Amino acid sequence: MFLINCPYCGERDQSEFSAGGEAHIIRPKQPTEMSDDQWAEYLFMRKNIKGIQFERWNHSHGCRKWFNMVRDTSNDKIHAVYKMGEKPPV
Amino acid sequence: MSKNLRIPNNKFIDQTSRISFKFDNKTFYGFKGDTLASALLANNIHLVGRSFKYHRPRGIMACGSEEPNAIVQVGNDASMTEPNTRATEIELYEGLEVTSQNCWPSVNFDLGAVNNFFSPIIPAAFYYKTFMWPSNFWKLYEYFIRKSAGLGKSPTEPDKDIYDHRYLHCDVLVIGGGISGIIAAKIAAKNNLNTVLIDDKNTLGGTTIFQENECFKINNSYSNKWLKKEIETLKSLKNLTIKTRTSLAAYHSYNYLLARENLTDHLDINEKKDKIRQRLWKIRAKKVIIATGAMERPLIFNNNDRPGIMLASSIKKYIDYYGVKCGQKVSLFTNNDSAYETAISLNNSGVIVNSVVDIRDKTNSLIVKQAEKLGIKIHWKSTVVNTNGYKKINSIEIMKLSDDGSNVLGKKIKEECDCIGISGGWTPRVHLFTQSGGKLKFRDEDNVFLPDKTGLDQISIGSCNGDFELDQVIKNSVKLTNKFLKVNNNDFENLEIITSKEIDKKNIWLLPSDKPLGKTKPFLDFQNDSTANDIKLALREGFKSIEHVKRYTTTGMATDQGKLSNMHALGIIAETAGVKMGELGTTTFRPPYTPLTFGAIVGRNVGEFFDIIRRTPIHDWHVENKAEFENVGQWKRAWYYPKDNENMHEAVQRESKAARDSAGILDASTLGKIDIQGSDASEFLNRVYTNAWSKLEIGKCRYGLMLNEDGMVYDDGVTTRLSENHYLMTTTTGGAANVLSKLEDYLQTEWPELDVYLTSVTDHYGTVSVCGPNSKKILSKVIPDLDLSDKEFPHMSFKNALIDNIKCRVMRISFTGEHSYEINIQSSYARSVWEKCYDAGKEFNITPYGTETMHLLRAEKGFIIAGQDTDGTMTPVDLQMDWVISKKKYDFIGKRSLYRSDTIRDDRKQLVGLLTDDPKEVLEEGAQIVAEKNKQPIEMLGHVTSSYFSPNLNKSIALAIVKNGKKMKGQKLFVPMQNKTINVTITDTVFLDKENKRLNA
Ligand SMILES: [Zn+2]
Repeated sequence: MFLINCPYCGERDQSEFSAGGEAHIIRPKQPTEMSDDQWAEYLFMRKNIKGIQFERWNHSHGCRKWFNMVRDTSNDKIHAVYKMGEKPPV
Repeated sequence: MSKNLRIPNNKFIDQTSRISFKFDNKTFYGFKGDTLASALLANNIHLVGRSFKYHRPRGIMACGSEEPNAIVQVGNDASMTEPNTRATEIELYEGLEVTSQNCWPSVNFDLGAVNNFFSPIIPAAFYYKTFMWPSNFWKLYEYFIRKSAGLGKSPTEPDKDIYDHRYLHCDVLVIGGGISGIIAAKIAAKNNLNTVLIDDKNTLGGTTIFQENECFKINNSYSNKWLKKEIETLKSLKNLTIKTRTSLAAYHSYNYLLARENLTDHLDINEKKDKIRQRLWKIRAKKVIIATGAMERPLIFNNNDRPGIMLASSIKKYIDYYGVKCGQKVSLFTNNDSAYETAISLNNSGVIVNSVVDIRDKTNSLIVKQAEKLGIKIHWKSTVVNTNGYKKINSIEIMKLSDDGSNVLGKKIKEECDCIGISGGWTPRVHLFTQSGGKLKFRDEDNVFLPDKTGLDQISIGSCNGDFELDQVIKNSVKLTNKFLKVNNNDFENLEIITSKEIDKKNIWLLPSDKPLGKTKPFLDFQNDSTANDIKLALREGFKSIEHVKRYTTTGMATDQGKLSNMHALGIIAETAGVKMGELGTTTFRPPYTPLTFGAIVGRNVGEFFDIIRRTPIHDWHVENKAEFENVGQWKRAWYYPKDNENMHEAVQRESKAARDSAGILDASTLGKIDIQGSDASEFLNRVYTNAWSKLEIGKCRYGLMLNEDGMVYDDGVTTRLSENHYLMTTTTGGAANVLSKLEDYLQTEWPELDVYLTSVTDHYGTVSVCGPNSKKILSKVIPDLDLSDKEFPHMSFKNALIDNIKCRVMRISFTGEHSYEINIQSSYARSVWEKCYDAGKEFNITPYGTETMHLLRAEKGFIIAGQDTDGTMTPVDLQMDWVISKKKYDFIGKRSLYRSDTIRDDRKQLVGLLTDDPKEVLEEGAQIVAEKNKQPIEMLGHVTSSYFSPNLNKSIALAIVKNGKKMKGQKLFVPMQNKTINVTITDTVFLDKENKRLNA
């Protein structure tokens, strides 16, 4: 059970949060101009990394804000959390 | 039976307070402080169960959670009986009743024991191999296996006990109250750290607290005396919380741990009442110190499982702690020094110690010399090759070991005994460390796995970290704790410690016998009855991975999770396969470390607290008017209102007819309601719904369909434009929370530039829906000031109104196809508005109807229910709802997916209507639809999604999804059922009032 540092509320138990999949996938601005393959790439294809992964999380039972997280999926270590729109840490 | 097996010992047991208890319906006596195991042993009862496969008699082996055999059923109350409880962990109390389990019909006469004679034909995986064929015999096998294997019986009634959950936050959590845990807790608490020390026993002090031996002294007093003083000082530390009878069940990442505290299990039966039985602590610790100690290993030799064969260290605890002699003529069998401590304790308590059989060549450590000085006989370089005695051991056979230890030689010595203590060395309890994600390393010198790498803020100290000698334990515990907590405690400096040091080590995983291996029974897993031979068979059959061997032989898979058997299984595999043990790795230790009760897991979340129950503001009226309820998500919704002795069908037919003939009233308060405000609200709706919203006039309503980005229908509902930048969206009852989350997600992550604010107002408004040809007349009585003319207040529009000076919103919208109004009013007034409408409608026979009638009425009109007629694979085109997709909008959620190669296929499953040839025949929802009769196998074209008998059309109607259904109108299809095949015809989805005349009736 993680202890997650919500960028708006501070440290809270994982049970207050929901995971929202891979981060930094931007919804295409002009979907009509995309081929089926390009659209499918956006819609269905997700990385499933063993190691450092960028993820979306939502403080669903708290402030309800979405934010991003850098997590090592091999040991669940959370390396960083940052607000939507902010640049991911290197 | 009348032997006196107690010695005077009042340190931990109150031998003045006698307690009676029942074991297998017979009354026995023990003392306060006893465990069930110690009390049984004091009554000379060793035989407590039968083994799983061969039904061999099995006795108490250990004194803690690693006990594999003494598994009993506690209590005989149908609601409180508890199976699979270890006799070694049950504290004796007045009124305790236990029965042995895993034996049928009784522990002393067990029918299944016949398996023992057939054991050569019951090898590893016997159950997999034999009972798999012929498969139709399984019913027969199952009866006997279940009956004779049985692992206790479950309670049949709800648990009457109270359980509790609590959170605990601390700086330092110390797990284990043995000598190292006590040292660590003291260091932490004295340095102003908020510290919690937990131990699963009722007293602190581990094994040191009963260690009174010349070879183990601290500052010139026995180690137990020194530790007792330390515990006294501990109790005065104000930063320290001590929790005994609390066992750590699980260690998760981020130092999140679960511990179960037993609060009443040790109390007399009449003191338990109305108290919380167990509490599950959810602990978040900044730092964790694991001091869980080590457990003794057995030795693996022929017939090593008879009652009376026990771990040497357990025999020592029974005599030194409980004052109980496990036997009167005891032999010991060891590969290390610790059995000598047992020999000395027994000798000092007046028990005859036959001899110590030691597989080592000869060793001269302090403790061995002390044993020799006391005249205890030692068989060096020897092994036990066999044991005798069916229900209780009566003798052992001893032979000399060959130089390489693979064989025995010389003359066989028979030694009579009534108990034998075995010691195969020590296994550090690293279970919690590995549960937490820690990686282990292997120490070759004494074959132990030790904590190595961890990503968490934790350390392991004491013997769970591989320190087995008193001076090492103290010195390293102090050093490691100081470093870990970044403090400099010097309370334990300059201690003068005397300890016996083990000089020689020797280990043989599988000890040889004078008989060939195939003719011996060297048990590894005592509870699951797997022997060393089973492991070897598995390896011969090609299993290589430890995880596979474990599952094939079931070694380590019983309720004790193989606490005693794992190391030997690994050792034998490594030896047979010719690999190093460290390279083999170990099996995974999963939580819980010891079994948890379901009660502790669920805590207070039982009965009415199992899940949140949501009730509408009109709920009580429905109850008073005898409604039956159905669960819709967390909501209780009125389902139908049976009159007199009506059944559900009759009530629904009556309600449905009344709603169309005159007037019906429905509680629609559960519909999700989202208040949407902001200057970009219209643009936002354009993006989330398939149709266009910018041109919706203020005061008008519109139906909207919401898709997922993959183009599939997600939710639907009517949204009303209350003012320029203000909308009220409704969603399905079940989808409300998910829709809000989805909208928030898009707003926050994809379109943060939009000025839009979302608020859930589902609970804030109650909704009364009045429908039917007389609804207008009824409403005009309730709100006389409101102009209800079609010109002023047409279908799909909204008006603000006042009912008794209370503001409300009236929408003229319809889910039934009838002329219909929905009044939204502050929840607290909803019931009174409902009653006003009901009273006003009496002259029109207004009929309250529930969800079932609502579903029927909308099905007559072909309106879909998202989630019933759709299942996440239906596009609006599949639903024949092309009209709701805007052709002009550049984009909306899911738009691009509507013309992917897969979504534009003609032959997708599509929503159609179905009529049965026999108008009285009502289809079953979920029934499959096929194209040909009496053909097998046959392709399933689709299934029935909604089906009713329509009282207004006087025939059966159904909605279904059928492959290529749109083009099949008029076509005959078949619905095969178990006993018949129903003929159906595909039709339009709208069965009633295709011209929508009733809306303005
Ligand atoms: Zn938050």
